Formats: sequence, C-alpha cells, structure tokens
Amino acid sequence: MALLELRNVSKIYHLGGEEIRALDDVSLDIGAGEFVSIIGPSGSGKSTLMHILGCLDTPSHGTVTLDGIQVEKASASELARVRNRKIGFVFQFFNLLPKLNVVQNVELPMIYAGVSGSQRREQALQALEMVELGNRLKNRPSQLSGGQQQRVAIARALVNNPRIIFADEPTGNLDTHTGEVILALFRRLSQEGRTVILVTHNPEIAAVTPRRIEIRNGRIAEKVDARLAGLDRLAASATPAAAVAGA
Amino acid sequence: MTLWNAIAVGLKEIWAHKFRSLLTMLGIVLGVSSLVTMSAMVQGMENGAREALVAVGGLEKIRVEAQSVPVEQRHLRDFATGVTLDDVRALEFSAPDISKVSPELRFDRPPTLAAGGKTHRTWMTAGVWPIQMQLMEHVIEHGRMFSDLDNELARNVCVIGTGIRDELFGKPEDTGEPVNPVGRTLTINGYPFTIVGMFTHYESEQDRKVREARLREQAAALAAGKTNAASGARRDRGWGGGGGRRGNFAFWIKNNTVYVPLNTMWMKMKSGESNAPAVPKLSSMEIKLRDSGRINEALTQVRNVLMVTHRGIEDFSFRTQEDRAEEIDTFIRNARVSGGLIAGISLLVGGIGIMNIMLASISERIREIGIRKAVGAGDGSVFIQIVIESTVIAVVGGLMGLATSFAFIRLISFLTPTDNAPVVTAGSMSLAFGASAAIGILAGLLPAFRAARMNVIQALRYD
Ligand SMILES: Nc1ncnc2c1ncn2[C@@H]1O[C@H](COP(=O)(O)OP(=O)(O)OP(=O)(O)O)[C@@H](O)[C@H]1O
Ligand SMILES: [Mg+2]
Repeated sequence: MALLELRNVSKIYHLGGEEIRALDDVSLDIGAGEFVSIIGPSGSGKSTLMHILGCLDTPSHGTVTLDGIQVEKASASELARVRNRKIGFVFQFFNLLPKLNVVQNVELPMIYAGVSGSQRREQALQALEMVELGNRLKNRPSQLSGGQQQRVAIARALVNNPRIIFADEPTGNLDTHTGEVILALFRRLSQEGRTVILVTHNPEIAAVTPRRIEIRNGRIAEKVDARLAGLDRLAASATPAAAVAGA
Repeated sequence: MTLWNAIAVGLKEIWAHKFRSLLTMLGIVLGVSSLVTMSAMVQGMENGAREALVAVGGLEKIRVEAQSVPVEQRHLRDFATGVTLDDVRALEFSAPDISKVSPELRFDRPPTLAAGGKTHRTWMTAGVWPIQMQLMEHVIEHGRMFSDLDNELARNVCVIGTGIRDELFGKPEDTGEPVNPVGRTLTINGYPFTIVGMFTHYESEQDRKVREARLREQAAALAAGKTNAASGARRDRGWGGGGGRRGNFAFWIKNNTVYVPLNTMWMKMKSGESNAPAVPKLSSMEIKLRDSGRINEALTQVRNVLMVTHRGIEDFSFRTQEDRAEEIDTFIRNARVSGGLIAGISLLVGGIGIMNIMLASISERIREIGIRKAVGAGDGSVFIQIVIESTVIAVVGGLMGLATSFAFIRLISFLTPTDNAPVVTAGSMSLAFGASAAIGILAGLLPAFRAARMNVIQALRYD
C-alpha cells in the first residue's frame, strides 16, 4: 500500500449556481520516499490537490488514504493531529508568525504535539542548524531575508520529524539563486528518505524531481523524467497503475 | 499546548496592544474596584451599626413605651392608666424572664440645661432609678451614680455624659487638661442640680483609633518643641472636626445623657405641670431580659403582666433591639444589592468590551489562526487559547481593580469622612476577583468558538 492513495477524488466548488471542478476524478498513488512535483498552469488545481493530500481539506467525492488513515472520514481534530505528526508544510509566502522569533516559530508544531519545553528548544535548534540558521535564533521573521524566512519555514516543517513534506511554490517569492538553495535543501530531505511533494508552475523547478504529476483543469496528465530518477526510484515512481500493481 | 504557554501568549497579546488592552480592561477595573469599595463601605456601616446596637444595651434589652389607646379601645380611654410604677413593680415580681426593669420619666419638651452662663438643650434628660445605669450599660468615670436614697429623698442630684460636660464646662481637648464637673452645679429648667457623677466617654472603635492617633501626633509635636501644638489637629480635616455632633449617632446620644432621680423628676419638676395626673405617668420602661434567646417568651410574659395591670387596655408598645437589628439587616442588604447591581453592570459592560476586543483580535489574526491550525493546532487548542487570552485580560483588569479599590477607598474617606471606616474583606476581594475571571471566560467563549470554527485554507489565504 502506498503512503498516499487518492481514488476518484473530486473537489467541487459552487459559485453562484456555477459548478467549479477544481479537481475532477483524480486517482493517484505516492509511495514512501518519493520526490514528486505537481505541475500545471495557474488555476489548474495544484494547490487544491496539495491541500487534499496534506489533510488541510477534504474531497467532495472519492477517498483519500494517508499512511493507512481514511482522511475523508476523519474528524477535524484527527486531521489536525495527522498534520501535526506526519506532515510538514512550506508555503510560498512563508507563513511565519510575525510576533514570534525564529526559535518560537520553529517550536510551534511541537507545542501542539505536547513536547516539553527543554526538548522543544533542543529539537528546534537541531532543525535550525540543518537549514544553517543556528545563529539567528532571536530574530523576528521581518528581520530576515526571504530565503532565510523560507529556511525557517522548512525547519518548522521538519521539526516534528514528519514522513511527508509539502511545499507550495516554495521558491515563488525568491530570486533564482536563493530558489536554488532552497531546492537543494528539498533534494537533501528527499535523499534522507522523506517523501517530498513540490507544487510549482515552473517546469525548470519540476525538472529536479524524478516524478512529475501534471495537472490540467483538475485532471491528471502524468509525465516521468527517467533521466533524473535514481534507479531504485524508477520502480517506485512508475504510472499509478504500475504502483498499484507493485503494491 | 500547555496552560502556561497559553497564558504567556495571552500576556504577550496584551503587551503588544498596551493602550487598547488598557481601555478594554477599564470596565473590569471599575467594576471590580466599585464592588470592593462598595462592599467595604457597607461593611463599615454594618460594623458601626452593630457596635451601636451593643452600646444601647444589646439584643436582650427591650423598651416599653406609653402610647395612646388604640382606636378599637377608644371608648375605654378614661380607664387607661398609662405606664406607671405599678407596672414596674408588677414586672419585677411576676415576670421571671426579665432580670432588670427601670422606669423612665422624660420632659415633654427638651429642657434647658445651664451652668456658668452656658446653656444646652437635650432630649436625653430623664428621671430614672439607679438601676438604669446597668440597663443602659453606662460606666461611671468620675463620682458615682445617684443612690436609691437620693431617689427616695428626691434630692437634686444628677449624673451627666461627657457631651453635656463638653457643652457646659468645656472640652478637655480645648482646655488641654481633664475637666471634672463632679461637685459643680447645673440648672435644669431653672432648678439647680448638683452633679454627683459623670459617665465615661463613649465612642466607636474607629473614633477611638482616630482620637488616639491625634493625641500621639500632638504629643510628638509637643516633644519636637513646636509652639502651635494644635496645627497637627487642624490639618486633619473631617474626622477631627470641631464641635457639633460627631461620631456615631448612637454614641452621641449616649454621651448627651442626663439622669436625675425619678422621684426628683416627678415631685419637683413634673407634678407641678397643669395637666399632671395623680400618680406619676412614666414615659417608658427599660427592661433587660435574662436570656436573649428567649426573647419571644419574655415579650409574651411582659405583655401578659401589663395586660393585667392595664385592665386589658393596650396603651403601651414594645420596642425591641431585634427590630433595630432587623432594620440594620434590611438596610445592609439593600445597600449590598444596589451597590452590587451597579458594580455588576459595570462588570457586564467590561465583559462586553472584552468580547468586542477579542472579536477584533481574532479577525486581525485570521492568518495566524490558519497557520497554527496548519501546523497541527486542533480546534480545541485554538478555542482554549482565545478563552485564556480573554481571561488573562479580565484577570489583569481584576488585579488592577483590586489595587484601584484601595485608592478609591482612601479618596472617598478623604472626600466624605464617615463615622464608619470602610472595611475591606477578603470575601469581597475574592468575590470581585472571581467575578472578573468568570466574565473573562464568558466573554471569550463566542470569539473562541468563531476562531475554532475557522476553515484552515480560507484562513491561510486571508490577507
Ligand atoms: N474556495 C474556492 N471557491 C471557489 N473556487 C475555488 C476555491 N478555491 C479554489 N477555487 C478554484 O479552483 C481552481 C483551482 O484552484 P487552485 O488554487 O488549486 O489552482 P492552482 O493550480 O494552485 O493555481 P495557482 O498556480 O495560481 O496557485 C481555480 O479555478 C480556483 O478558482
Ligand atoms: Mg496555488
């Protein structure tokens, strides 16, 4: 069984009698340890898909299974728990709390996980060391550059040691060079064995991932770039049908 | 999220919006301080009233007063004898539940007292038996109470309170040395009387403390060699005060007492009046019960005895201290309820203010709430965080209110000095504080509910 399984998932919005199918009958598997990009033009449904995969939202139709949990049936507090323990998010606009300093921002998920104060500090420091920000602990987000803020956000996403990392346009607000630094970080996370899912509209960024899921008008048109895929990845990241057959 | 964390977040929010939080807290501050101040003042009044109750003889004292014949017995009024010494004797012999009884005969109009060219009029002049002294809990400071013999012989002697001494012979505070009027003479409506005794000065606890403090101040000023020793006293406006009525009314009355023997009163001053009856008609009787717990039985006993001596004509009435105690209770209760209402309204207004500011705060922090939920805050955690924040505002306001109430009490004591110093009780403080905490929780519920119900994605997208 794959880590993430979507079966016939639709997300339908109703706007003044008009029906908007942000996702239209999507079926998809993502295995543990995969490095995936979700790519498509603006308004195609990338963010919607990521929200459903990341338990921020529930589908209108279809089933979602994350690590064996039936997401569409779970309660709001169960989903909060899943997000807290199994998932880390990185957003385009960083989404750090402006009134908290760097360490406090990184500690935030652990507060809701019930981790004790001293251990929180220790884990937050480790995560910040990893993104090379161990020297900016007491700064407010507004005192950091965009790239630094995004690294804080990555540290926050990592700090509860989740299995899956989602990033929605993580480089969208950064210059090319800084974007490359951030992408290198995601590549490293993937090499460490985490499942990393990158949402982007930029084919150059999508090109760094072995597997690319392309979305148009809420439907999937998947492409795999075998050149970048490691040998072992290739087997795991074939077409959905192959993945199901493999599992 | 631990409780301590949530409280710290709440305090930070308050600190981040200092001025706004202060304005929000104002309602709670005023509510709590008015509650504490009001209850301190009522408590002071209650203490004063209870002290006064004890000063006039306590619960086990009752008073029988002569009154006109009731309407339904009007046709019998020629047979009505009024309250007489026969009643006193009958009660002494036939009512075992009473321990002491003393007749009292007063003037119809306040008599004029005079001595050394000064005059003074007082209602509290009465002809009594010596036993009256024990009944009214009087204490002699100088001289003696007149004796049964003085009464038998209808001697022109009297015992006075310090208030009379102050009026006719001068205050010790003014002259700077004790004034002992024993042995001197005063006239009552022109009849000369020798003063054989003077009662001690009666005052409430509060007055005593203030007076002693002033004495110490004066002594200190004298010791420091200041020439005008009075300056210390004059600075102290209000309580200190010049002449006139001061202190608790009950104590003032007690200090203005003049007792003469009943027989003297009757034979020398009343029997000569044109409408004087053949036997002395008393104004009233003071009665002391053996046991304040048997007040109803004793009252029935007294009534039965008097119904016999009065041949069934009810030309007398009872005035018990229980009535007075009840009056005090009612007054205190009313004062509490109305004061509590005012304080309650201002607490309510404070609560609405907090709710308002919390609603504003959560709409400013929609994105923050979205972020917290995205990283794993459950609806419950968000709910509790908002409730705690509003509780923290209310509790901080409550603490400030407690502090302010002491300033209020000082201010009020300064502006309108009363005989009864306000008494702040731990009960009223914890009540006010508890109320502010409860209001904080209640005011936080609606905003917290809204915050908890926010949709994660909409909240994250909000800007
Ligand atoms: N709350 C909503 N109500 C109505 N329509 C919505 C809502 N959220 C998304 N949509 C619609 O769903 C479609 C997919 O939106 P989504 O945000 O997933 O696009 P996207 O691929 O992430 O685009 P972008 O690259 O611009 O971020 C769009 O047409 C959008 O208008
Ligand atoms: Mg998007």
